[in-house]
Amino acid sequence: MTILYGQITTNKPVTVISSTGTSRIVEYRLMIDIERNRPVVLDRKIHANERNKDERWQGTVVELHIEGSYNQAASKVLEYLKQTAIANPYANITFVDPKGRLYKFDRTINEMPTPPKETLPHPYGVDVETLQRIIRVTRERNMPDFMQANFHRVGKHTARKFIEAVAIPEKTNPRKLRPDEIVKLVQEMRNFESFLPPDASCLSPLGEDLLRAGVMKELEPEFVAVHQRKPSTYSGHPFIVEVAIAYGGKVPSKEDIQIYRFANKIPLVYDESADVCWKVVKSVNWRRYNVAPGISLAVLIHLCSTKIPYKTVGKEILADRPEIAREILNGIREVARELSFYLSRKERVKRQVRRLNVFARYLPKIAEFSARLGGLEVTPNIDKLYRQQLVFKDFVTTSQYTDSEAFNSGPYDTILVHVRNKQESNSVNVKVFGLTDSQWVELIPETTISSGSELYETLKGEFSLVKVQAKSAKADKEGIVEAFVDGISE
Amino acid sequence: MSNDVVRDSGIDRKDIVGKNLKNLGVKFSQEIDQGVFPWIEMKSRSIDNIYYSPEYLQYILGNKTVRRSARVISHLRPFTQIVWTAYFAHELLRQRKTSTLRDVFYSAQAHDVFFKDQSESDNIITDLETAVEYSREAFNIFPEERSAVFGDLTIQYTVPGYENRRLNLASHPDGMMVGPALTDARLIETGVDKVIVIEKGAMFTRFIEERVYERFNALLIYTAGQAPRQTRYFIRRLNREMGLPVYIFSDADPWGMHIAMVINSGSANAAHLRELTTPDAKWSGVWATDIVDYKLPSDQLNQRDLKRLQELKTDPRYTGELWQRQISTFLDIKRKCELEAFSRYGLTHIVDKYLPERLKEMGA
Repeated sequence: MTILYGQITTNKPVTVISSTGTSRIVEYRLMIDIERNRPVVLDRKIHANERNKDERWQGTVVELHIEGSYNQAASKVLEYLKQTAIANPYANITFVDPKGRLYKFDRTINEMPTPPKETLPHPYGVDVETLQRIIRVTRERNMPDFMQANFHRVGKHTARKFIEAVAIPEKTNPRKLRPDEIVKLVQEMRNFESFLPPDASCLSPLGEDLLRAGVMKELEPEFVAVHQRKPSTYSGHPFIVEVAIAYGGKVPSKEDIQIYRFANKIPLVYDESADVCWKVVKSVNWRRYNVAPGISLAVLIHLCSTKIPYKTVGKEILADRPEIAREILNGIREVARELSFYLSRKERVKRQVRRLNVFARYLPKIAEFSARLGGLEVTPNIDKLYRQQLVFKDFVTTSQYTDSEAFNSGPYDTILVHVRNKQESNSVNVKVFGLTDSQWVELIPETTISSGSELYETLKGEFSLVKVQAKSAKADKEGIVEAFVDGISE
Repeated sequence: MSNDVVRDSGIDRKDIVGKNLKNLGVKFSQEIDQGVFPWIEMKSRSIDNIYYSPEYLQYILGNKTVRRSARVISHLRPFTQIVWTAYFAHELLRQRKTSTLRDVFYSAQAHDVFFKDQSESDNIITDLETAVEYSREAFNIFPEERSAVFGDLTIQYTVPGYENRRLNLASHPDGMMVGPALTDARLIETGVDKVIVIEKGAMFTRFIEERVYERFNALLIYTAGQAPRQTRYFIRRLNREMGLPVYIFSDADPWGMHIAMVINSGSANAAHLRELTTPDAKWSGVWATDIVDYKLPSDQLNQRDLKRLQELKTDPRYTGELWQRQISTFLDIKRKCELEAFSRYGLTHIVDKYLPERLKEMGA
């Protein structure tokens, strides 16, 4: 696409340099014969690679010229690169734009998805043109062998049964099929119900870990949930839908939910509202998932398939196939449910903290004015009713667990612990202990608190002292911890 | 009843209120010291706990109570506000100062106790009234509304700086403001034999100009629309302590009628209070029947007026024969008129003709 566009706007050839790490590096200068859709080689060079195998260069370089208005396209170009970085978190991307500005998207992960395995077409997805092409090159001389050798998931038994159903003699040489028989064969392939569904080993989805890494790296959200659907098929083409949802943090808050679409790891940046993803996202009742309008939220949808059902030749819009729409919807529901849990828990913590602040704020006033009203010299001490103690104040964690101040919990019936990690990027691990019969008992086992997150728990049981322990989740990545313990009598 | 009279006659009630407030402070402090969340109990003012009492001839609160406790998160803020308001009211009484509802709203901010608006602070003051069972005027908090009085009544001040000074309420031709100093004054002596209460300022001025106080030997009170509580309290004192009959003149419409009724039997809003009504007061005009009898210029009743009349028709306070007859006449003729309507027959017509006829009819 790009090469073609470059050629029709600048009429300059494309240069491709490539080596798979052998002793040779190959360089081609090419143009396209547009009429015949064939390459025209202008120049071909072979360079020697390094002698030492470990130092040999490996990779591909493509050089071409295209004409365009960068002023107009800049934002889309950058958006495209950013989204490419999301779907390829294992890639380093460097871009110097026409104005000489440098953009870098660095990898944050060193793993790559499993490469796809080459596969035969599935009978459900074959058209007449494809079948004719297969017939032209096949070496098989009878129909069952032809079916078994050229189609995905067709065994001996299935091939026989199918040929019997189509009522073409088994002995027929595929090359001798009449045009009307070819058409009939294609139709029967689509209708025959006993073919096994295609398997997904020919697909290379990102996987949940890579998708999460990509989202974390480029969108820097407060919360992310990812989900990979089980493989499914439409018209004989296997596909896998992967969905991620990103909330808060640096996700921009716009009126609408941000949608990022990917097809086989390629971002789709144009004509969003005509896309099936847009339709599905719009059809979700987001309120049910505690999502208020105007919240900063992004939904990412990756469709991975042997054949992406594009609506137009521009390859920007995914067509509305019911099988795919259903998988997208189910994927969104899955991650939205996780988001909903996160949001409601966050809201609950916020509410609890607010509740406690109400005690801290008003009880001293009640005591003060009661005393003044009653004409008493001494203001009664509210500690017996409620006390809040800051046990960790901006404590910088180390790789070892460190004790907080202890809270004297004896006089109180309800004890609440509230720990917050104020560090911007590092996680911390915390534990909470209570003292019973001069023994420290673990009340909250090791819990990881990610950056900016909070832990809030009500403690049950009887203990005379309560303490918090904290350490860095990763050895050299220190966190900043603030912890309160509250006691309420009655 | 004798107990009521003692409470009515004045200034003594402030001692009781002051003590009640102080005891609250002592109670709360003791509770906090013992590790108990302080609480306060008061009668519920919800609609289902408001009843009309034929015995008291006013709305009263039933037996349902509500408890506000500092243990309950949602009560903490209002509880703090009540404690502060009690403290503030107690200080007012101790220093013998007065304050307004608006003042209370702002003073709270000085003590870092916040009311989000005046309606919140007014509400808390009503809570405190309910809790100590005295009206806010008893702890020196007054609304901004002002009404006026004129006539031959000598009072003796009890407010600081004016103690034992006397004043005759006929000494200023614009009338005297019914404020805290007046409502708490001792009523010494009077030459009048009745009280005439008027809703409209223009009519009050006309009555003074036309020497109604002399011609009818009356004390004149101007309510400025719905009578403020302190004015209702003052009217009650005139009726109870001086034995003066009270005649009320308001516009001939459901709203004017209700101004008279509230002086008479109180409002549902003040069901928690007992010292504001004057059951003997008589609504003396302008009646619906007057519109016909005196051929007064009148206006069509609108939808709101008609709806209000239907409400009043079944209101337990309106069971009296006169009230019911006026309501049916209103509904019949579907007309209303103002006190000023008499001016059609000349500015003094109301004083020369209507007033003597009506007072005679009322047995004055």
